[in-house]
Amino acid sequence: MNNYQFAKIQNGKLLPINSIPKLKINEFRNSIISNTHNGKRLLCLCADRSLNMFAVLSDDEKKTLWINCTQLYSNQYQSLTPECIQAHMFEREMAEQLNIYPQNHPYLKPVRFNNNLQKNNSFTNETLSLESLGPGLMDFYTIKGKEIHEVAVGPVHAGIIESGHFRFQCHGEMVLFLELALGYQHRGIENRMLGKHNFLHLKYAETIAGDSTIAHTWAYCQILEGLANNMVINPNILLIRSIALELERIANHIGDLGNIAGDIGFLPTSESCGYIRGAWLNLTAEFCGSRMGRNWLCPGGLQITNTKEEFSKILDSILKIWNSTESAISLMLNTTSVLNRLEGIGKISTIQAKDIGLVGIPARACGLKIDTRKTHSSNIYNKIPIEISNHSGGDVYSRTIMRWFEIKESYKFLCSALKKIIQTDEITNRPSINVNHLISNSICVSIIEGWRGEVLHFATTDSSSNFTMYKIVDPSFHNWFGLTLSLRNELISDFPLCNKSFNLSYCGHDL
Amino acid sequence: MINILLSRYRQGHKTAPYPKMNPTLPSRFCGCPKIKQEFCKSDCNKCVTLCPTKAIIQTNKSLAIDLGKCLFCGNCTKVCKQEIIQFTNNHKLSVNNRSDLIIDSNNSLLLAKQLEKKMLKIFGRSLKIRVVSAGGCNGCELDVNALETITWDIGRFGIQFVASPRHADGILICGPITTNMLLAVKETYIAIPNPKIAIAVGACSISGGPYIDHKEQVNGILGANINVDLFIPGCPPHPLTIMDGFMRLIHKIEE
Repeated sequence: MNNYQFAKIQNGKLLPINSIPKLKINEFRNSIISNTHNGKRLLCLCADRSLNMFAVLSDDEKKTLWINCTQLYSNQYQSLTPECIQAHMFEREMAEQLNIYPQNHPYLKPVRFNNNLQKNNSFTNETLSLESLGPGLMDFYTIKGKEIHEVAVGPVHAGIIESGHFRFQCHGEMVLFLELALGYQHRGIENRMLGKHNFLHLKYAETIAGDSTIAHTWAYCQILEGLANNMVINPNILLIRSIALELERIANHIGDLGNIAGDIGFLPTSESCGYIRGAWLNLTAEFCGSRMGRNWLCPGGLQITNTKEEFSKILDSILKIWNSTESAISLMLNTTSVLNRLEGIGKISTIQAKDIGLVGIPARACGLKIDTRKTHSSNIYNKIPIEISNHSGGDVYSRTIMRWFEIKESYKFLCSALKKIIQTDEITNRPSINVNHLISNSICVSIIEGWRGEVLHFATTDSSSNFTMYKIVDPSFHNWFGLTLSLRNELISDFPLCNKSFNLSYCGHDL
Repeated sequence: MINILLSRYRQGHKTAPYPKMNPTLPSRFCGCPKIKQEFCKSDCNKCVTLCPTKAIIQTNKSLAIDLGKCLFCGNCTKVCKQEIIQFTNNHKLSVNNRSDLIIDSNNSLLLAKQLEKKMLKIFGRSLKIRVVSAGGCNGCELDVNALETITWDIGRFGIQFVASPRHADGILICGPITTNMLLAVKETYIAIPNPKIAIAVGACSISGGPYIDHKEQVNGILGANINVDLFIPGCPPHPLTIMDGFMRLIHKIEE
């Protein structure tokens, strides 16, 4: 990577804005396209209200992060998507939030149907009129033919899951094309993170995606800690935070495995996972009082000081619940009828996964070795490393067994981490960050590997240290498109199974 | 097949003996708050300022907490040297009316009563609920989902979560009801045949939660003009709290 085109940045560390190369739009565009063709990943493409556009790229092999920016002087620019598919959602988002129109974007539609659409002219053309634009009310990609029929699902779904709309173009039972319309869970979080920092921000961070509380809260805390002049956090606190993250990962993976088992009718595991997941959630609650991990992390450290006895008790509980966990899940994964049902369904190729910038479990299930814990979090995982699991099938079975691999790795990590914490003499709490002393005119990128995948927060401050931009990228933002690809030429009756094998966040996407 | 039977045998009976016995709650569980009025200096108001959702109301003489806005975050306990507000481990939080959620120094919460006679006759032994996630963060949805697992097994009380509003006796809302979901929520509610009930679970659906007064949402179920029979506060409420609310509504618990 060219050092004059990009500046190197570290996860959770601040960088002065004026040290980021500010390129002309054409050079900016070419730098992203050429590097993504060379195997780098586009983590984020976003802009602030002054039309400064930023790009964050990752070189996963060399474990480095790169950033550059450009200044737009008009509301239009040549879209990157035709040559860099990974940019497609980001460009749609910028068009919707900031009225920045990407010329020749092949698929320009709103992302969240926020209230700004009335003043937005990026989306008007002959087929899309503003009056008809609303969540789920847009022109869907249609396939014409005598035997083609269209199936619409949502926003209210049969199960107790979040709201979103799916439109299938089918030929008999075969799905030719699936398109999503999300935005139903849009609450307007990003806008409220701007300006002067206030203590409601922590609550927003915790509820961006309520089942990924720890991941998003940690990403937010890292932003503030970075902007507080790279505040050094006690390694024991980092260790406790990583314990919280792995507990969250295990609980959610068990829930997913139970749901997948339930969906294919394998009741022994689906019923067991119901109570086992509750047992793991209760461990998080033993630490902080909340099963979802609320009121635990905070900028600077932790809100709770746990005692050594508490840590020991939790380690004992983990050792106790492990046998049931292993037995329930092995039962499912060793039953041939289950494997027969899961294999070969909803396949995504490794090339597709790379092209669209898939992250997290679906990416690792396609053989991509992408995991922030290995590539960008060495300060946290260097003492107790986590092995990154991989599988190359790309189908529902791969995504299922990946979860089991990750549960095993996280369990090993938890046992080592808890033993280490119990042996430590001093388990310190934390000071609070003086938010009046955040560094001005800086940026900070913070990445945490949540259980779905990579959670990214990106903030910029102005000369008064107020936030001028706060971008949140949930892993689902990259991965929803992967779901639509996995359904092509599959039976529509396999949709619930594919959807559960991804289990993406609607509210994390919608913010 | 043998493995499945063995595994089932080893697992044993996992359903909690509720309501005969309450399951153990975590030691740091934040349940109903208790206010020690006598020590509060009325010129302090630190807790009022630091409450993320302005749930603490301070008048000249007294302090009160609006549980419908409360996120149970504990900021008010950490900032007060006299420990005037403390969260107990009392999980019983469900009420019938929005105004009953305001708890003052009398520290008495008027807990939910059962449905009125006619409704109880129809729904007391079989209650089908349609759950709608209207902008929720998935926290409340997960804890509602947990009620159908074998630990809680809400089905043994006749309560079931159904797939269609046409099969339902009532609606349960999680989330602050975003403007993007408002039409879907209203249509779902209309589609439920009469007589019907409505339940609001979580701070978001009662008052908007952390998103209160955001223009992208309508401040919860009352902003959608739906008559609510049961309010269950929390962020998210523990499954035991939600269960307790349901049990009171169908008259399986009284005290």
